[in-house]
Amino acid sequence: MYEHDVIVVGAGGAGLRAAIAAQEEGADVAIVSKLHPVRSHTGAAEGGINAALREGDSWEDHAYDTMKGSDYLGDAPAIETLCKDSPKEVIQLEHWGMAFSREEDGRVSQRPFGGLSFPRTTYAGAETGHQLLHTMYEQLVKRGVTVYDEWYVSDLAVTDEERPEDRTCHGVVAYDIQTGELSGFRAKEGVILATGGLGQVFDHTTNAVANTGDGVAMAYRAGVPIEDMEFIQFHPTSLPSTGVLISEGVRGEGGILYNAEGERFMYEYGYASNDGELASRDVVARAELNEVGEGRGIDDEYVHLDMRHLGDERIVDRLENILHLAKDFEGVDGLEEPMPVKPGQHYAMGGIETDENGETCIGGLYAAGECACASVHGSNRLGGNALPELIVFGKRAGAHAAGKDLGTAEIETGQRGEYEPGEIDTPVRPGEVEPAGGEGDAVADGGVAAETGSGDGLDIVERAVTRERERVQSLMEKDDGVQHAEIRSDVQETMTEHVNVFREEDGLKQALEDIAEARERYQNVFVKDPSRTFNTDLIQTIETRNILDLAEAITLGALARDEFRGAHWRAEHQERKDDEWLKHTMLSWNDGSPEIWYKPVILEGEDKEYEPKIRSY
Amino acid sequence: MSTQVPETETETEADEETGVEHEESLAPAQQERMRKKAEGRADREERARREAEERANAEEDTYHLKVFRFDPEVEGKQEPRFDDFHVPFEKGMTVLDALIHARDTFDSSLTFRHSCRQAICGSDALFINGRQRLGCKTQLSDLDQPVRVEPLPHADVEKDLVVDMEHFYEQMEAVEPYFDADELPDGELEEQRQTRENREKVKMSTRCIWCGACMSSCNVAAGDNEYLGPAAINKAYRFAMDEREGENRKQQRLNILEQEHGVWRCQTQFSCTEVCPKDIPLTEHIQELKREAVKNNLKFW
Repeated sequence: MYEHDVIVVGAGGAGLRAAIAAQEEGADVAIVSKLHPVRSHTGAAEGGINAALREGDSWEDHAYDTMKGSDYLGDAPAIETLCKDSPKEVIQLEHWGMAFSREEDGRVSQRPFGGLSFPRTTYAGAETGHQLLHTMYEQLVKRGVTVYDEWYVSDLAVTDEERPEDRTCHGVVAYDIQTGELSGFRAKEGVILATGGLGQVFDHTTNAVANTGDGVAMAYRAGVPIEDMEFIQFHPTSLPSTGVLISEGVRGEGGILYNAEGERFMYEYGYASNDGELASRDVVARAELNEVGEGRGIDDEYVHLDMRHLGDERIVDRLENILHLAKDFEGVDGLEEPMPVKPGQHYAMGGIETDENGETCIGGLYAAGECACASVHGSNRLGGNALPELIVFGKRAGAHAAGKDLGTAEIETGQRGEYEPGEIDTPVRPGEVEPAGGEGDAVADGGVAAETGSGDGLDIVERAVTRERERVQSLMEKDDGVQHAEIRSDVQETMTEHVNVFREEDGLKQALEDIAEARERYQNVFVKDPSRTFNTDLIQTIETRNILDLAEAITLGALARDEFRGAHWRAEHQERKDDEWLKHTMLSWNDGSPEIWYKPVILEGEDKEYEPKIRSY
Repeated sequence: MSTQVPETETETEADEETGVEHEESLAPAQQERMRKKAEGRADREERARREAEERANAEEDTYHLKVFRFDPEVEGKQEPRFDDFHVPFEKGMTVLDALIHARDTFDSSLTFRHSCRQAICGSDALFINGRQRLGCKTQLSDLDQPVRVEPLPHADVEKDLVVDMEHFYEQMEAVEPYFDADELPDGELEEQRQTRENREKVKMSTRCIWCGACMSSCNVAAGDNEYLGPAAINKAYRFAMDEREGENRKQQRLNILEQEHGVWRCQTQFSCTEVCPKDIPLTEHIQELKREAVKNNLKFW
């Protein structure tokens, strides 16, 4: 058993920032991560980090753009917090030495990005995330924060009161990947989930292989509602063969999209006659797939992104990394030829429900970064808004968990107040399946354990460890069955087939059936590798369970929301229905069966109310 | 700082309450399981190999990989060996793609680190056909067959292609790898100015992804465990050359680099520069720091 005041799960941008903030508040903090911190996926972010730093710009404008970009599904208190805090946080990074690109006068450079009324995307070439991740890890080293790297957190230690709002999180259970040791980590003050994205739910994604949504799935099963899961961002420019991201910075600098006929389709087909290539990501992604669908795609699969006209010097200065990616992964020289691009899963707008201080409805449990949903992105995230989210909310969660008073949150979490129950017509019963022949032990369920009285939470952590040890043993003991890789790839394929950029009712139902079938097969999953040393077979088997739960949550949310908002497009419902749908989709794991309910969007800001406007393309 | 409760104590408590067997007493059962699994595994592997052969014979375009295998814990894998995999080839396929295919299709115990598969996380540096490369950015079509895939040399192998990175991380951290300005501007919204030229100067050094390829390729590091090594020296360069840090800090940095196992150990063999997947001119950076160190030590009085 290990003990710290604050335990941060995950070591990307949000986790590192949370750890630094908690330590600055005097807490003994430790990070537990399944990777070494510098391997985290934040390092792959390219374009930049939005902050209103310059004269002529303001946090209010940033907030307005963000609310508009969200298609009015963002919560104003969270958005305003993001936009107010990000300038200070970005300059903090600069003070920590981050190698931003520079203007002639030596100040940090900013560039235009999609959906922004001011060029406020602060950047470091096309490798902003790499620079940010390393800068923060350096500060972590400077402060001597404890890091348990290559430890896989597989469950939370949460009490079992009936209402999630009454439960408390006392720590986590983690598995040392190098030795196979399973151990409890007690957190005296709080656990912060900063586990990042869930791109591995899909088979064409810009996300790392490690992005399996572990934090979201664990919090969900422990009773925390998950919010707006149907809103998945598909980035319009990923390389067709691998999903590797080509930054929006290319279009920000003036890159042009062409179809197979050589037409600049964003204008010629009127997808976004004002903004062209710099329309919101959802608009561009749909336009590209339309072109391909109508026979104007290249090789029936992709379109071209051309940056040659920008000139070698500008490309090398600002987008050098893109040249390397196009060359290494597609064999294309971006200085000489246009690059092939198509939409790829990129970002989960939804996630663990939190307030603007990073708190969930379970006491002592926090979340920040992509795994969380404080609801700053609503139904569509603006490019350049993910990195400020990591540092702003990472810092707030860390500081709050360590005892700093951040004031009362305006966003309520859990089913505390008035909430609207929902219903979905599903072809199969989602959630738990009957254990097959008593072998259901392979499936961890719920993160809860009965409180036994000592009050310090140690017993809760110990019970969670025991339960997790049993689960691992049962997975390891089986000699035959189904392998996780088969189940995983089946789920990824059905999600990409049916729950992608374009969604139809029949397809969504088909996906739910496929996921239910995958759940059945998961009952018989087995780990073939008998070793305790670096058993990636075991880790991936546990991750696959998380992928199953999240795939189902995304699809359920998508089926329930019969309107067209932001990234969520429905064939049968081609309009935004504000009267009915200005609300968040919430899913609660209720004894293994997802319960759907709704809570209203907060459009009331500090000084103003954000009025939904028609989105004109 | 951190408090660690002895493992055995807490386990014992848990055991009494739940009746779960103790870790140590589980060992024989575990061994038995491992033995049985290893047996079954051999059958299945044989089957997988046969299928792969059949596929190769069916004139499908396949690539032949010879992959290093070792597991200290599993019977039959304690002796290092090479396994053959025949992976169906598609245009654009990388060594990492081939390893993933081999693992997901033929042998799920095949173990290697990987995550971003776009040359930024630095976790899949491997020894491929006799050279340190990132698996994810090495095209199969650029390699002669059979493609030999081995763990990074000069590091302890934990299992299959996974090596212990601890020593590498320790060296990285020995150079005080964090920005530490002598003074910061007043005001939390005031930037430190940096010229474009200065950013350009440190730019390549900031690209390091900590993959360890350079360290693994360095003969000097192989012979001298205390040598800071190319990656750590490059990290120090990144700060020493950053004009925002100030002269005091630069002096301290040079002191670290001038020590016995610092820059002077480098014999300019350029192997680190050759293998760096991010094209960082490591040897040049080390030479530049040697010059700085000399200048630093010249006393004109």
